[in-house]
Amino acid sequence: MRNYIVKRILFSIFILFFVTLIIYTLIRCLPTSYVETMAIQLSSKPGSKSYTEWLEQLNASYGLDRPILVGYVSWLKDFAQGNFGDSWRFTVPVIQEFKSVIGVSFVMGAISLILELVIAIPLGIVAATKQYSKSDYIISASALVGISLPTFFFATILKLVFSVKLGWFDTHGIVGRNYAQLDAMGQFLDKCSHLVLPIVTLTIVSVGSLMRYTRTNMLEVLNADYIRTARAKGLSEGKVIYRHAFRNTLIPLVTIVGGSLPGLFSGALITETLFSIPGIGFVSYQAMVAGDIPFTMFYLSFIAVLTLAGNLISDILYAVVDPRVRIA
Amino acid sequence: MSEEQKQNNQTEEQYSLNDDRRVKVLSPGALVVKRFFRNRLAVLGLIMLIVMFAFSFIGGIVTPYGQAEQFYTTTYLDKEYVGVARNDDLRYAVADGQEFGTILQAQFLLAYGKGEDSFDWKGDSYKVTEEGPDLYSISLEDGTMLAIAYKDIVNAEDGMEEPSFEVKYGALKAYVNGEDAFEADGEDYSVDEDGNISQGDTVVGYISRFVVAPKENGVTITRDFKERLEEALATDTKEFVYTDEDGQESTYTISYDASAEVWSVQQETATYVYDTYARPSLKHPLGTDNNGMDMLVRLMYGGRVSLVIGFIVVAIETVIGVILGGISGYFGKWVDNLIMRIVDIFYCIPSMPIIIILGAAMDNLRVDPQIRMLYLMLILGFLGWPGIARLVRGQILSLREQEFMTATEACGIRVSRRIFRHLIPNVIPQLIVTCTMGLGSTIITEATLSFLGLGVKFPFASWGNIISDVNNSYVMTTFWYVWIPAGICLLITVLGFNFVGDGLRDAFDPKMKR
Repeated sequence: MRNYIVKRILFSIFILFFVTLIIYTLIRCLPTSYVETMAIQLSSKPGSKSYTEWLEQLNASYGLDRPILVGYVSWLKDFAQGNFGDSWRFTVPVIQEFKSVIGVSFVMGAISLILELVIAIPLGIVAATKQYSKSDYIISASALVGISLPTFFFATILKLVFSVKLGWFDTHGIVGRNYAQLDAMGQFLDKCSHLVLPIVTLTIVSVGSLMRYTRTNMLEVLNADYIRTARAKGLSEGKVIYRHAFRNTLIPLVTIVGGSLPGLFSGALITETLFSIPGIGFVSYQAMVAGDIPFTMFYLSFIAVLTLAGNLISDILYAVVDPRVRIA
Repeated sequence: MSEEQKQNNQTEEQYSLNDDRRVKVLSPGALVVKRFFRNRLAVLGLIMLIVMFAFSFIGGIVTPYGQAEQFYTTTYLDKEYVGVARNDDLRYAVADGQEFGTILQAQFLLAYGKGEDSFDWKGDSYKVTEEGPDLYSISLEDGTMLAIAYKDIVNAEDGMEEPSFEVKYGALKAYVNGEDAFEADGEDYSVDEDGNISQGDTVVGYISRFVVAPKENGVTITRDFKERLEEALATDTKEFVYTDEDGQESTYTISYDASAEVWSVQQETATYVYDTYARPSLKHPLGTDNNGMDMLVRLMYGGRVSLVIGFIVVAIETVIGVILGGISGYFGKWVDNLIMRIVDIFYCIPSMPIIIILGAAMDNLRVDPQIRMLYLMLILGFLGWPGIARLVRGQILSLREQEFMTATEACGIRVSRRIFRHLIPNVIPQLIVTCTMGLGSTIITEATLSFLGLGVKFPFASWGNIISDVNNSYVMTTFWYVWIPAGICLLITVLGFNFVGDGLRDAFDPKMKR
């Protein structure tokens, strides 16, 4: 087991190396809009140097005049030492900006994951046990509707209904207008109320796939021989489903949920951007659009690490929770 | 299918003793179709897709409007036209060859205020004569006429010369005293009740209490208009229609500003503008957008773009995925290892951020919208193939060990033929399901990008960039018909693909009981 984990981690590092190399090359090959914009701004000041001179100077100071491979090696060295550089867009160290925004993203992700589990698992099981019934049709159809809902459209509808028409929530941001005047409790509640719509959006658009996954797995388990055996023994239907079938359904669920845990830190790029929630997704969006290379590199590598970690966790969990699975 | 039926018929001929012996034989394909059409959701999805395809592809042909056709409308703007004031100040006309400067005017005003009939200035004495209501003449001691002060104003008739002092004096004197004729410069003139001054039959000028001043340069006010205006003022009408010399009819509204004692007249002018955010009407069933383009037509063309992009992207993904997955699964060993590591790397690349970065870069480079669309498809396709490659590889790994593959090997069939004729067709059911579902998610991805302004760009329509109008919160709250239909189209299409994909998955599953 330990050998397997060590092997997988080494392998993940190998993949990470290539992923970051590809991303770095890609970003460097693109026109670095940030530096160009800066150069235009600086050169338009009276008595300033010309645009090309500024461009050269800025490129040199940001290390963009080096060949891509050299730049990548030095970036990798810094990255390995935990030195992520300074964000150009936010003019603070990348790690500082990251620390200030990751909390919101994590809270949002965690709450919506819990809600998803609470909604998806029971409904998925109901749909599977009553296959082809009316409730199965309704659950399956609504799961597909959830999957098919474009995030931005759903979020806009929510905003129109709950923010504009009913006026329950603000449309944008994490704090209200009078945030500074509130006491600690009030500030907390204010933040909570601003997170309601984003969390609802996140939950609704991603609950569908989990529901379908639960249903499919439950159906598979219900067709298994041991369930027939359990029924043949004369167990009550409730016992068959909730003791024998449900526990076995949990196996793939645990692996998938375990695998999605690192994803809680990756933020919700679209949802955060739509609601202007200053989480890692929104901040990265701003950085990416502005051409902020250090922050973008950090964010993309971070996401890659999270993906690898998720895969690793789900593979390990699979072996841990299912004794039938042997890891070679 | 027809062969099937022939076989069926033959079997029936052989065994058809009676009806209950008759066995209906269905090919696997027919079974799949049958199972598919039994699934109500799948059929619903199929109908939704057919409707959306018809809407996008046929609708675009049938509609009389073009994708980027802009519509115009005339809006009516009230423009300040003229200001009208009732003259309550004394005005002066100086006799020919005399002087009556501002100092003398001030002295006169003093005397006028006190009601005196003479005033002195610098040793000279001036005599003030009240000639009638609001008409005074100022003369020297010796009786020489210096000037007149008046409130009613003498205007020259359009195209006539400014009347001389004598005429003015005579006309005013006659007018204020209610006389109808006077003599000036040795000629006879007549004045009527409306203040028209005529010499013989020609009208040379008119007297009026109102001062009409144009608010804009280059506006000349005709006598005719003035009279019409005065009439309106006299009858206290707020609005009147006047047709000017060029035959242009305009509506004028009069408003009175009590504090400044001025009437301001506004001319309603027609301006020809883009018909933006028009309400739904018969001409535009879903209104128009912020460029004055018909929403319904934009939706149709947007549907085309979204669907075509979806299909092309999925086609690219499938081609790359099937080829690499097939090679990887069939050959195994180091080839498999290499390709699967590439797949792992691609899996790990965060695609949404990468597409956003590339989109922002294309914004910077000002890539032509059409080429941009092409790039978008290539990028989406190139980032999406690993999933299909994994699926194909997994299937082939298990199929490879089956007996029919040993048989193909024994027959000495070429490798490429073995892969693409014997292995891939067995993967196709799963492939179709994945592709159908993939179409839905690709359309969502494209719409999301276009919504963020990083995908399909104006002048091309896409459902995503139609909805991006809501970034203007006024549009979001007021003009629902601009963005809600696009969202519904998007939802219906993606839902259709998912329903059909789901139905196909069930239909292809041989374990299905129904």
